[in-house]
Amino acid sequence: MSDFTSGFWPIYISVITLVSIIGTWVFVKSHTTRKLAPGEKAELMEHTWDGDLQDLNNPLPRWWLGLFYGTLAFALIYLVLWPGLGTFKGVLGWTSLGEYEAEVKAAEAKFQPVYAGFMKQDIASVAANPEARAIGKNLFLTYCSQCHGSDAAGATGFPNLTDHDWLYGGDPDTIKASITDGRAGVMPALGEALGPQGTKEVANYVLSLSGRKHDAALAAAGRQKFADNCAACHGADGTGMAAMGAPNLTDKVWLYGGSEAAIIETIAKGRNGVMPGAAQTLGTTSNKDAKLHLLAAYVYGLSQKK
Amino acid sequence: MISHETIEKNIGLLIVLTILVVSIGGLVQIVPLFFQTSTTKPVADLKPYTALQLSGRDIYIREGCVGCHSQMVRPFRAETERYGHYSVAGEYVYDRPFLWGSKRTGPDLQRVGGRYSDAWHRAHLLNPRDVVPESNMPAYPWLDRPLKDADIQQKMRTLNWVGTGYSDKEIADAPAELEGKTELDALIAYLQVLGTHAPKN
Repeated sequence: MSDFTSGFWPIYISVITLVSIIGTWVFVKSHTTRKLAPGEKAELMEHTWDGDLQDLNNPLPRWWLGLFYGTLAFALIYLVLWPGLGTFKGVLGWTSLGEYEAEVKAAEAKFQPVYAGFMKQDIASVAANPEARAIGKNLFLTYCSQCHGSDAAGATGFPNLTDHDWLYGGDPDTIKASITDGRAGVMPALGEALGPQGTKEVANYVLSLSGRKHDAALAAAGRQKFADNCAACHGADGTGMAAMGAPNLTDKVWLYGGSEAAIIETIAKGRNGVMPGAAQTLGTTSNKDAKLHLLAAYVYGLSQKK
Repeated sequence: MISHETIEKNIGLLIVLTILVVSIGGLVQIVPLFFQTSTTKPVADLKPYTALQLSGRDIYIREGCVGCHSQMVRPFRAETERYGHYSVAGEYVYDRPFLWGSKRTGPDLQRVGGRYSDAWHRAHLLNPRDVVPESNMPAYPWLDRPLKDADIQQKMRTLNWVGTGYSDKEIADAPAELEGKTELDALIAYLQVLGTHAPKN
């Protein structure tokens, strides 16, 4: 099937290409003078420049001629073997897509059995397998480390996966679901509803939940406001709700920072903890399901006892 | 046949013949591309950049992102495993100028859209080390300032000359779309659309 809008273009390409190659050949051939005999002088060109400048018509060096004809021959052989002349596919039938597909096929033949073996096991047993962990680590470094860090310890706003603390749950199936489809945690901005003073009070109440240094009077004032505005997601006791990814506020883990200022910012502006799904990232790669399985096992293994 | 002397003594003729010889490569390799559907027809779902994305693209150009980031996934397994589907010509129909790049100090960005959250891009552009401690990418803290792109409508009209096809309404609404945005917002909007139209199989 031709990709061109008209049948003219393949012919146009082929004709110019071949005429150039053959034309150059004929041109060089017609301008090649015979090799000089030993002792023979090259003839003088007829014209004289600037009164006394004259050219000798020396023959072209043979090594140079050889190279020139060599490149022309190379071009012709190339155009027979590989695609180049319009829609002619070349006798080797090579395409870059074909080469790519062969490469993928060879890799699949090599990795498919390995992956298939792991797919038969549940995530907990895969996590215990050193070979699977090595593969999982490579996958993690490729697809996950940009946000969660190469040591999986996360960064501000990007959860630490090694600390046994889970927003959405740390059992194998939940981890796999998080990885596959991603997560979109939304904490609405409450700054306007609470006002600056109210925000500060709630922040101090939140600090008190985990026993951090706080202003007792402010915290007491924030208690009811927390119950009214925050408890729906974070729970009346502040221990969070995994179904919504609402964090436990009574532990020592602070995704966006646990200082009063950071907590005030979180309450006032809200947070959007978005994790894109790996199912999309892995979109067109082969053995996608097995990769998700191995990734889940690796992440699950990270938080198991050292 | 024209003699050597005739050509050398007629500068006009020499120019014409030189141009003829030099242009053969372009005539064969470049001209037919304008008549090849795979290079001129957009891939399914590909849309022209919105005003905000277009502005972000200009910031991408201004900051020299193309110097370290390519936008071209080659058809090698090592690349498709990491980045996603290899690039096809029809993805670049609205890229004027194209930003394929030729050097990867950082990763390819042709498939970066949707791969990270907006919050990640924000943190990463302001200081890459905040999220990727090993990163050697420079920080771009000044991007967190109001977007000023007074030429946006003229840019869209200019792109229409070469067939991008913005509607009058899109051009009229462009300044409103940029209202209140920062340069970061624009750049992130551009990054988040890259590759989202990639072939799905």
